[in-house]
Amino acid sequence: MLTIKNLHAEVEGKQILKGINLEIGKGETHAIMGPNGSGKSSLASVLAGRDNYTVTEGEVWFNGKNLLDLSPEDRAREGVFLAFQYPVEIPGVSNLNFLKTALNEIRTYKGLPAIEGRDFLKLTKEKQQLVDFNANLMNRSLNEGFSGGEKKRNEIFQLAMLDPQLAILDETDSGLDIDALRIVSNGVNKLRDAEKSFVVITHYQRLLEYIVPDFVHVLYNGRIIKTGTKELALELEERGYDWLKEELHLKEA
Amino acid sequence: MTSDITLPFYQALTTDVNALSACQAQDELQGIRREALERFAVLGLPTLKTEAWRYSNIQRYLKEFPYELLYATTTVPAATIAQTAIPELDSYRIVLVNGHLQADLSELPAGKGITIGALSAHTQAPGFTTWFNKQHHLAQESLATLNTALFADGLYIELAANTVIDKPVHIVHVYTTTQHAFIQPRHLWVLNRNAAATIIETSVHPDAGAVTFTNSVLETVVEENAELWHYNIQQGDQHFREVHTTAAQQQANSRYHHFNFTLPGTPFTRNNLSVALNGSNTETNLNGLYIANESQHVDNHTFMDHIMPNCNSNELYKGVLLDNANGVFTGRILVHREAQKTNAFQQNNNLLLGTKADINSQPQLEIYADDVKCSHGFTAGQFSEESMFYLRSRGIGEDAAKALMVNAFSHDITDAVKVPALQHYLQEQIAAIMNN
Ligand SMILES: Nc1ncnc2c1ncn2[C@@H]1O[C@H](COP(=O)(O)OP(=O)(O)OP(=O)(O)O)[C@@H](O)[C@H]1O
Ligand SMILES: [Mg+2]
Repeated sequence: MLTIKNLHAEVEGKQILKGINLEIGKGETHAIMGPNGSGKSSLASVLAGRDNYTVTEGEVWFNGKNLLDLSPEDRAREGVFLAFQYPVEIPGVSNLNFLKTALNEIRTYKGLPAIEGRDFLKLTKEKQQLVDFNANLMNRSLNEGFSGGEKKRNEIFQLAMLDPQLAILDETDSGLDIDALRIVSNGVNKLRDAEKSFVVITHYQRLLEYIVPDFVHVLYNGRIIKTGTKELALELEERGYDWLKEELHLKEA
Repeated sequence: MTSDITLPFYQALTTDVNALSACQAQDELQGIRREALERFAVLGLPTLKTEAWRYSNIQRYLKEFPYELLYATTTVPAATIAQTAIPELDSYRIVLVNGHLQADLSELPAGKGITIGALSAHTQAPGFTTWFNKQHHLAQESLATLNTALFADGLYIELAANTVIDKPVHIVHVYTTTQHAFIQPRHLWVLNRNAAATIIETSVHPDAGAVTFTNSVLETVVEENAELWHYNIQQGDQHFREVHTTAAQQQANSRYHHFNFTLPGTPFTRNNLSVALNGSNTETNLNGLYIANESQHVDNHTFMDHIMPNCNSNELYKGVLLDNANGVFTGRILVHREAQKTNAFQQNNNLLLGTKADINSQPQLEIYADDVKCSHGFTAGQFSEESMFYLRSRGIGEDAAKALMVNAFSHDITDAVKVPALQHYLQEQIAAIMNN
């Protein structure tokens, strides 16, 4: 579904991604871990098309399309979704209106008619329940004054509404209380199927107990330096990253 | 007579202003008209050197065409009015063609205490004799004095004490002339004690092959404990130019809510809005939203005159400037020495979206009382890139995202609109502007 080849990217003249290679198949869930500042959110941003990042080398293919050629909106319409680490607040744009616009823009792109008001409300109700999203937040401005946890839930709620093929969750677990973590994870698990793929960026093994990944990658200094299965996450939880960094330095030396 | 006025406007006025007034001077207002004309002669037409007109080159627009100054009354067919309805709005309707009431297309509210009709037919009415041309700011604005000297007609509304109109009154202004014309409507609305009304003004400009320049003046009087909700929606046209002066007076315990929406179309719009607070414990809300495109020029010149103590005024003007549109905002707040315990707030926020769009904004606070709360603020900026990216990352295209953001930017103005059908209409208009 997604193939990343030798991806290099810089922001404000600073090289952040230094040759990422990653293959994500249909129905797979990949976890990406790694120390602060290693480039995890940057990778997510580049995939979503944030334009302050410049790709200097490499390719990204999504379902046979050159992802890097597409505008951010077209990437979303093709089925890429990024749940942000820090969702923005947009005063004055109602959550509901925003979602309806998004849904219809995606439908138009796919040649589908706009969704009927009644169907939209039905869908909204159903997906709210999935992540236990407070219905009162629906009519409020997008994320404005939402608590940290409410913002994260809203991201997953949007994910459920827009039903993408590839969802990248950037530290969705941070800011969620213990119950919320379980609820949101269960919601994500219900969305998982043989057609959909997930990339879960996290610092904590705890999330991966709920959303069990097929693969775990460690991103360090703009590169994936280790790939393993869910056991790798456990090992990282115990030992931290230093041993990996040392291994890397030995290899490079 | 008519030979003179085929000259370019400014020449006609400067060479033989007295001869011009002779035509209008047959009525009982002769004295008032002559005085206004003398005042106009002193003030002259504004130039870029006139402080209040520094950023609005009106002479450029007056010289564009040879404007007829005494354009005769016309009427329009019902079809003209058909498309002016605001969907779902349950209202009365008043049709004014170039300022003249067209009764057959109007549906006036009737009932005890309601007087509505042509201004020219009500010059003996008590509201007229008490209030006409009394708002003292009018004498400071040369175009208002010109209007007083030469106006033909307009709308007179008087609500007797304790009279409340049950539905909004929708005034449809039709501006259409077969020759280039400078027309000067004049209106007076008086709400006596405890009266209340909601008045919505919109305009339509059927193309009759010529440019219409209006210089209209509206005086509103909100007497003790009366309340006026006033919405003025300016949706212009390429063959229209507009100077509009609203001069309000508020007496004790009254509430005045003024909304001004200027949407794309008219190349040149200048709104003078002034409110004189003649009584205590009043509330004034001035809300403005201007969305301008192409090389449109929109100038809102506002003046809150706090004469009496314990009054609150709140002014919020927001602008969206597209293409190479040009915005001007002036917010003058004058707090007299006697006006203790005044609260006067003012804010002007702008989105500069066009590469050559421009805003000149100036607060003018003159405060002579010591126990007051006053503030003002100004912003001009673009869309936040973070917000745009967030919306686009959800599949929303750039134009739709901009439309959402403009809607968001203007929501505190549109949310304050108390008539749901009108609120909805305005939101749709804004979305339509942004989506095209
Ligand atoms: N706009 C920017 N200008 C300059 N540097 C930037 C910019 N955005 C990101 N960076 C830098 O890029 C590097 C990678 O940041 P990124 O946010 O991708 O890290 P991360 O792995 O997501 O970290 P965390 O775990 O803390 O979320 C950091 O050193 C960061 O300071
Ligand atoms: Mg990050």
